[in-house]
Amino acid sequence: MVDFSNDTIWTYVVKAVLIIVFLLTSVLVAIWFERKVVARMQVRPGPNVHGPFGLLQSLADAMKLLLKEDITVRAADKFVYLLAPMISVFCSLLVFAVIPLGPQVTIPFTDISTPAQLTDFPVAVLYILACASLGVYGIVLGGWASGSTYPLLGAVRSTAQVISYELAMGLSLVSVFIMVGSMSTSEIVAHQQDYWLMLPLLPAFVIYVISMIGETNRLPFDLPEAEGELVSGYMTEYSSMKFAWFFLAEYINMINVSAIATTLFLGGWRAPWPLSAVGDGMLNEGWWPILWFLAKMWGFMFLFVWIRGTLLRLRYDQFMKFGWKVLIPFALGWIVCVAVVRGVREFQGWDLQAVGIAIFVVAAVTLLVVQLIPERTPEPTAPPEPEAFDAFAGGYPVPPLPGQRLPASPRAGRPARAGIGAAPAPDEPTAHAGKEAHDE
Amino acid sequence: MASGAEAVLFWCLAPLMVIAALGLVLARKAVHATLCVVFVMVCLAVLYVAQEAPFLGIVQVVVYTGAVMMLFLFVIMLVGVDASDSLVETIRGQRLVGWLLGLGLGAVLVGVLGRVAFPEGVGLEVANEVTNPVGLARILLSDFVFALEIVGILLVTAAIAALTLTHKQRLTARVGQKEMADARVAGGGSLTPLPAPGVYAQRNAMDVPALDAQGRPLESSVSRVLRVRGQERSAPVDPQIRRLDDPGPAGPAVDPPARTTEEES
Repeated sequence: MVDFSNDTIWTYVVKAVLIIVFLLTSVLVAIWFERKVVARMQVRPGPNVHGPFGLLQSLADAMKLLLKEDITVRAADKFVYLLAPMISVFCSLLVFAVIPLGPQVTIPFTDISTPAQLTDFPVAVLYILACASLGVYGIVLGGWASGSTYPLLGAVRSTAQVISYELAMGLSLVSVFIMVGSMSTSEIVAHQQDYWLMLPLLPAFVIYVISMIGETNRLPFDLPEAEGELVSGYMTEYSSMKFAWFFLAEYINMINVSAIATTLFLGGWRAPWPLSAVGDGMLNEGWWPILWFLAKMWGFMFLFVWIRGTLLRLRYDQFMKFGWKVLIPFALGWIVCVAVVRGVREFQGWDLQAVGIAIFVVAAVTLLVVQLIPERTPEPTAPPEPEAFDAFAGGYPVPPLPGQRLPASPRAGRPARAGIGAAPAPDEPTAHAGKEAHDE
Repeated sequence: MASGAEAVLFWCLAPLMVIAALGLVLARKAVHATLCVVFVMVCLAVLYVAQEAPFLGIVQVVVYTGAVMMLFLFVIMLVGVDASDSLVETIRGQRLVGWLLGLGLGAVLVGVLGRVAFPEGVGLEVANEVTNPVGLARILLSDFVFALEIVGILLVTAAIAALTLTHKQRLTARVGQKEMADARVAGGGSLTPLPAPGVYAQRNAMDVPALDAQGRPLESSVSRVLRVRGQERSAPVDPQIRRLDDPGPAGPAVDPPARTTEEES
């Protein structure tokens, strides 16, 4: 871990203030960035009136939000209603405390040398997960405290969504822990000196990227606030400053997960490959690394916007099925693979190349043998005859069992309509008198 | 005795935790009680971290606050936020048995805890020598590996039991999006949404049919209820607009200039 022993309380305070200022300005830029990029993707100019390139547009929007009337709905549970946005913002601000923005730097005009990171401890990445899981309380309580139906639905959805996607996210992070042998962010970055963890852990990286979008409630996973279904979900009843807080938390969370992905999979503040060789690693020292970190982080922000501009919102059941039946089993399987490889390397001392070749040969032989076995065609079985159904078996009315068919109801006089958009039934009134008269 | 900063932290957090714990018992709404528990758990985690057990503190937040209490909230919301408990005894003598069992458990716990003998502490420097999580992992996966595996098996059994108990056999085939779409096509009706009622310069109402591309009124654009009741109005057809498939008095080929003069007159 990096050395924090030179830090005094003042360095901590300065770093904390700088991080908050950085996050707040980043949110303003992120909103502008998102609107501008989405506009370009949709072949329109986007905000371009206020300031150069419309840069001051989000500032104007923020001022407008602050000056709007602050409405508290009458059905609201006042205390929780006020508490919820605070929880959201507070938890989203906590994450950057353990993100390493750079290596050891010297504060200008002084000779104090300090890591470009507020703090670090052996379970830093778990701390990030803890902050994320507390942040959901803001959404859930906000939805509940509004005392209205759509926000409550949004809140319930959000709970289910975040719990299921946090599992996949946690599992994808576990493979990083197994590779590095530590959960401290600075050690994870230090481990990526030779190669980024994205390369050996590509499946985990893909799972992380998918689940980070689910975690931040962004399209195509923005079901807690789906405009088409829930007005705007948990924040429907919020206005003015309280709404602004939710908004702020959402964008800070995007920045957070991008920073985590950068730190864990893209080498953190390390310069990308051709640059890292320039001048004997000159670009990996001093203040340069903050530039690489920001570039990678904004790359992820661009990915967020790109995905938003490309994909449609998933249906809720598809979304949950994807999380539980695809992402989590896949992540579990991947962890087993990583653990086995790591265990073999650590405890057996086998030649990994030989093991890899052996696995390859076994797989090839199995594939060949499987190909040689003649495919057995299943004999076409006639659909089983529906058994006789006794509706009063044992003296009580019982439902049909599998394989039994319910006899047609004697009252089934009306012809059934197949599906919703089916042709109208023949006995429906069709042409109306006096209508054809004008039809000439 | 704790150091200065730790003592200050403890005396700030402990009264708040006691108040929140009382809130759990006294709160009227289930969600407020849940919030109190969350507060107590987070404060507890802070105290753990302050006592140099960061792994325990963080895991407390991730597992208990983040997952278990969230599930509680989820269930409270699903069941109905204002649902109050029924205080009727469903099983006779249930309360008495409950009290007896509780007292018995208390007696057993007091007996066990009174006789437990802890080994001499080794100090945090030794325990956290190779960082806190690594030290914990070495103890858990060497001395207590059997207990850990038993807990793992229990949890897996519970999960499988929950799956088995909630599993139900389908009586009919599942109707998904594909089946719905197939039925829609097989039904032979319109695949697209029905046309909206007429919106014209003169009228904008539910009871006026829209016109199709050839200028004929589309009766399906008016609500079926209005049609059945006979409240449908006729489409406003400009006598000067001729239907495309209507040959008209001069045949299909109409001279454009002639038509212009006709409209002007």
